[in-house]
Amino acid sequence: MTAATTDKPVWTHKHLLGLADLTAEEITHVLDTAEGFKEVSTRSVKKVPALRGRVVVTMFFEESTRTRTSFELAAQRLSADVLEFSEKMSSTKKGETLLDTARNIEAMGVDIMILRHPAAGAARHLSEAVRCCVINAGDGQHAHPTQALLDLFTIRERKGRLAGLKVAIVGDITHSRVARSDLRGLQKLGAEVTFVGPPTLVPRAFEALGARVTHDFDSILPEMDVINMLRIQKERISSSVFPSLREYVRLFGMNRERLRRCKPDVLIMHPGPVNRGIELAADVADGPHSSILRQVTNGLAVRMAVLFLCQQAAMNVSGQ
Amino acid sequence: MTLLLNAKELQETLEKLARQIAAAVPGDVPVAVVGIRRRGETLARRLLPLLEKSGLPPVQYGALDITLYRDDLTTIGPSAVVRKTEVDFDVTDTWLVLVDDVLYTGRSVRAALDALADLGRPRAIRLAVLVDRGLRELPIQADFVGLRADTEPHHVVDVKLVETDGVDRVELNDRRDDG
Repeated sequence: MTAATTDKPVWTHKHLLGLADLTAEEITHVLDTAEGFKEVSTRSVKKVPALRGRVVVTMFFEESTRTRTSFELAAQRLSADVLEFSEKMSSTKKGETLLDTARNIEAMGVDIMILRHPAAGAARHLSEAVRCCVINAGDGQHAHPTQALLDLFTIRERKGRLAGLKVAIVGDITHSRVARSDLRGLQKLGAEVTFVGPPTLVPRAFEALGARVTHDFDSILPEMDVINMLRIQKERISSSVFPSLREYVRLFGMNRERLRRCKPDVLIMHPGPVNRGIELAADVADGPHSSILRQVTNGLAVRMAVLFLCQQAAMNVSGQ
Repeated sequence: MTLLLNAKELQETLEKLARQIAAAVPGDVPVAVVGIRRRGETLARRLLPLLEKSGLPPVQYGALDITLYRDDLTTIGPSAVVRKTEVDFDVTDTWLVLVDDVLYTGRSVRAALDALADLGRPRAIRLAVLVDRGLRELPIQADFVGLRADTEPHHVVDVKLVETDGVDRVELNDRRDDG
């Protein structure tokens, strides 16, 4: 009847572990679904009952305020009950393993687990051990799929498309799960990705993944449609792989002067939180080309879509 | 397959609905028509000029996606596609006509009423449907009905509209005939 139904569901994933597992069609389906959720946040009653009675737990074994807040708010806007699991208060400090912790939480009747963990592959490991949905909110240097999805969503919203766009990702690519997930998603949807940074942080090895690699930021500025500036993690600055901070800012910082040499409609992105004056000059971060706050807003819609779709898929599997 | 309405009859049915609605509008309130995605939305859009022809001042128009409010998400499963709700006006204190293509169990309408309640508080909500096929599961009735059809649960009423299906017609099909 009025509910649009198709014979074959586009989305059948109960877990979201990384964009590598998804087809271009599935990624586009998440983005399209997120369009429908964007409107919910503009209402006076910012809530829909789609996940009423479901329990979502956020399990973060790494510092993060915005990703966690975004997931919690997304779950609440879908009317789910949200439980925050904090490592500091938990028995993991007493030596309990991740899987034991997760099984204990699941035994309380949890439907969706959202995991942030310093070890690459932690989310997949968890998904093989529990019956509920698992959503990867960042695992080591491996993947951060919802960040990539919200980046894709923001680019599509601003540019109207993804295919054929030239996208530069600038910074510490080696240690960045955002760069890896963005690369996967952008490639699948037909964009061309260039990794930019000093040779120690952007080794040529990334060319094997299909990305262009350059150590000369200035040379590529005029051709880029989108420039995604990654956060410089200050704890790495003292390490031997890093040039001096002054040198980094001089060669790879986005400032007004560099912006002038970009396309007039270039989109400047940043996953946040911004080190003002390091990877991004303050006036660029706050300027009209920047989509930083838009990314945060869109992140909510994208995470609502991911929670909704995974839960739907889980119900369908269990129903059969 | 039984043809319930051909293109010409569908147009006449819509005109009849518009006349019924126009006659029922109280004089002192802003009027809005809100269609349930997707075919109710198309029908609501088509009603707009007909309502004006029936003498109403321009009315507000919106489209409602009820996927997130359905109580049968488990049974329709992941094939449910979430679309945008586009109601760009304040529904509070409007005389609001909810438009859908087929009234059957009443569950879509219940979900739509919940969705509307989250958008505001209309002065009144009325229900207009192209086809009422009976077999209600909830105490919900339409105020304006284009066509009443006697159906069985194994029937499917297919409303096809030019905008989405390339043709205007309403068919009664038997699910048991599908291979």
